[in-house]
Amino acid sequence: MEQQKKVFGLAALFDSPDSIIKAAKTVTDKGYKNFDVHTPYPVHGMDKAMKLPPSKLGYVTLTFGLTGAAIALLFMYWTMSVDYPMIIGGKPFFAFPAFIPVTFEVTVLLATLSTVIGMITFFFYYPDNSHPIHDTNYMKSVSIDKFGVCIEATDSKYNEEEISKLFADLGAKSTEIIYFAEKVDRKIFEPKFITLLIVTASIVSGVAYIHLNKILYLPPFDWMMEQSRVNVQSMSSFFNDNFGMRTPVKGTVARGFLPYEFAGVNEPSSPLANPFFPSKENLVLGEKKYNTFCSPCHGNFGDGDSRLNGQFPLPPSLHTTKAREWQDGNLYHIIVNGQNVMPSYASQLNIEERWAIVNYIRVLQRAKNASDADIQEIKKESVKNVSR
Amino acid sequence: MNIDYSQELPVVEGRLSLREIDDLIARPMDEKPNKKYFLALSFTLSLMSIGAVSVALTLYYGIGMWGNNQPVGWAFDIVNFVFWVGIGHAGTLISAILFLLRQKWRTGIARFAEAMTIFAVMCAAIFPVLHTGRMWVAVVYLLPYPNQHGLWVNFTSPLIWDVFAVSTYFTVSLVFWYVGLIPDFATLRDRTASKIKKVIYSVFSLGWRHSHRNWQHYEKSYMLLAGFATPLVLSVHTIVSFDFAVSILPGWHTTIFPPYFVAGAIFSGFAMVVTVLIFVRKVFDLENIITINHLEKMNKVILATGMMVGYAYGMEFFIAWYSGNPVEQFAFINRAFGPYAWAYWIMVSCNVIFPQFFWVKKIRRSVPLMLIIAIFVNIGMWFERFVITVTSLHRDFLPSSWGYYTPTLVDFGVLIGSFGLFFTLVLLFTKTLPVVSISEVKAVADGAQPSHHGGDH
Repeated sequence: MEQQKKVFGLAALFDSPDSIIKAAKTVTDKGYKNFDVHTPYPVHGMDKAMKLPPSKLGYVTLTFGLTGAAIALLFMYWTMSVDYPMIIGGKPFFAFPAFIPVTFEVTVLLATLSTVIGMITFFFYYPDNSHPIHDTNYMKSVSIDKFGVCIEATDSKYNEEEISKLFADLGAKSTEIIYFAEKVDRKIFEPKFITLLIVTASIVSGVAYIHLNKILYLPPFDWMMEQSRVNVQSMSSFFNDNFGMRTPVKGTVARGFLPYEFAGVNEPSSPLANPFFPSKENLVLGEKKYNTFCSPCHGNFGDGDSRLNGQFPLPPSLHTTKAREWQDGNLYHIIVNGQNVMPSYASQLNIEERWAIVNYIRVLQRAKNASDADIQEIKKESVKNVSR
Repeated sequence: MNIDYSQELPVVEGRLSLREIDDLIARPMDEKPNKKYFLALSFTLSLMSIGAVSVALTLYYGIGMWGNNQPVGWAFDIVNFVFWVGIGHAGTLISAILFLLRQKWRTGIARFAEAMTIFAVMCAAIFPVLHTGRMWVAVVYLLPYPNQHGLWVNFTSPLIWDVFAVSTYFTVSLVFWYVGLIPDFATLRDRTASKIKKVIYSVFSLGWRHSHRNWQHYEKSYMLLAGFATPLVLSVHTIVSFDFAVSILPGWHTTIFPPYFVAGAIFSGFAMVVTVLIFVRKVFDLENIITINHLEKMNKVILATGMMVGYAYGMEFFIAWYSGNPVEQFAFINRAFGPYAWAYWIMVSCNVIFPQFFWVKKIRRSVPLMLIIAIFVNIGMWFERFVITVTSLHRDFLPSSWGYYTPTLVDFGVLIGSFGLFFTLVLLFTKTLPVVSISEVKAVADGAQPSHHGGDH
């Protein structure tokens, strides 16, 4: 058994800081490379004795500190000057003096965190609780009041006898051979571990469930959703009719809407005048709204050839003489007011959209009943389009 | 000038060996807590539960449970916040600034002061978070995160600077503290007989080996952290003072605030450290490591910063008169002779008059007297923040909106609770972690460092 153990290195303990400095110097001078000195606290002059180059940790700090400053400044510039610029207290969008505190804090935060995390992971390769030196008498002594030096077996000049002699010459209190720990195979699926996993998972999910489904709905954590006010569409015993929601007082006019003066009148004799010029945008809007709301019954081109044919009373064509001779206001009136089985479209269409549909119907009517002059005009247009 | 450093007072008294230092510092962790400890713990936990009830009332019924209302919109919540952040300043000052100044005596008290910093900042954080009203959504609007309208937090506001400053301060203090603890965890790991403790210490020691190749980077990192923590500690109370100084309220709008606040913070922080250390060194027999010389040096700092604070009080009045601004002049006359004159004179007597006793060496080295003075300083510094916050607000430009602020029971409950939390954490800390840095104290003990010729003699 003993023979199979792999040797990590040979270690020696010393009693005083002076002797460890001397030992470190000698070991370095003899040309050993893979060795380390272990002391309960940093001993002054050891860097020189071990001929260690200066620590490069400062570069990590510098890099991340500058990065922190840049990130903070750029972020504040972007939020305050680009993404949502707003004048606050008459300051410019990029108020540099006011950005200094946050920039400073982020610099310090990033610099310190990167220094510590960088040191632990990339300089020390920690956490490392399985290092062979742990749990040896050597470690337990240097942890408290002894000073030790350990030459590792990986050193090209490693020779147990020679090193033992060297340590003895230096006045070592004791020497110790340090072995690698035997490998212990630990199964992942041990019952203990599985139980731990299950317990952890159930605790975490239980807490999450209770938090998200119960606690968040308790006052005052429910985002003030539950308040002692009347909610819309809920009952209220305060009013006689038990409705929480009230209808507006008679004659109330909604903002931005004028009441339609011919509501309920059949074919008004002097209807409204069309306030919209049939511009291109207006007609495009009209086409879109016509196709959405009118075409299911009146057909795509106003012929009355409904897609709902047979399932619904046949709607009239928009190309009858009566429809063509109507004023714009009459067509508008039917959209707002409805006629026979056609309901009012006032709630679906606003004023501009209604007039846009009227204008579009006029376009359809003229296209279906084109005069010779119109056809000449169209021909000219198409020639122009082709030559272009 | 040749200074004979061999004549320097020993930092560690009683010629303790390295192993004795270990045993002494680790003893509170090895021994089971006694009756007295549980008595103290139950007392602080009672204070804490008073706070818990008050916080619950505040959360359930809203911050209307507090006494602050127009015109005094900032009262106990902000007063206590500034008070606790101030207490926190001593720790980083001792661990960082005194480290850079190569003050060896800091080693005995640094760990404890750093722990107090962390606990004090935790206590401080309670107040602004509660002050936001619905603290469970405070995370969303304290962090730089756009709201539903795409609007960002206002980076030109001192309140958001405060969020960054205090959270950075807490994180950096915690990291600094932990880095200092790593070698101690390793030492504790190697000396403990308990299996469970060994696992815990191993995890937190990260596998530290006391290797000099690590010590080299470690010392460098400690210096870098100290270098950053020094401007940080100055920046934190500067920014806290900006909460007031950047406004246009007479009594707040003064350029002396940043240095005045920093001096006040160190003043109150040292007073708190002295107060607590007096008990700790007695209870845990650490008189040889936290010596009377340490306490005397801290009392000197209290004297110096106390006079800085006194100077600031005087200078505020001078500038009010010198500016010729009648509103400013009224604010200060009102402060000293108005309805809150009682608070003002408590503040002046506790902060300016009492520390003057420290000119006498006997008082500086007398434990009971310094305890009394330190407690007075704590009271005075709490009243300083009260005076600044409340007296400036209660009578501003418009006489028709003047008022008088009276705190409610809930206000006092939260304050008492914060003290309970602080002392509970301190008590737990003394029993779970080494209250003195083992490796640092060993390094400054007599004969711990090689003689000047590196062992060649």
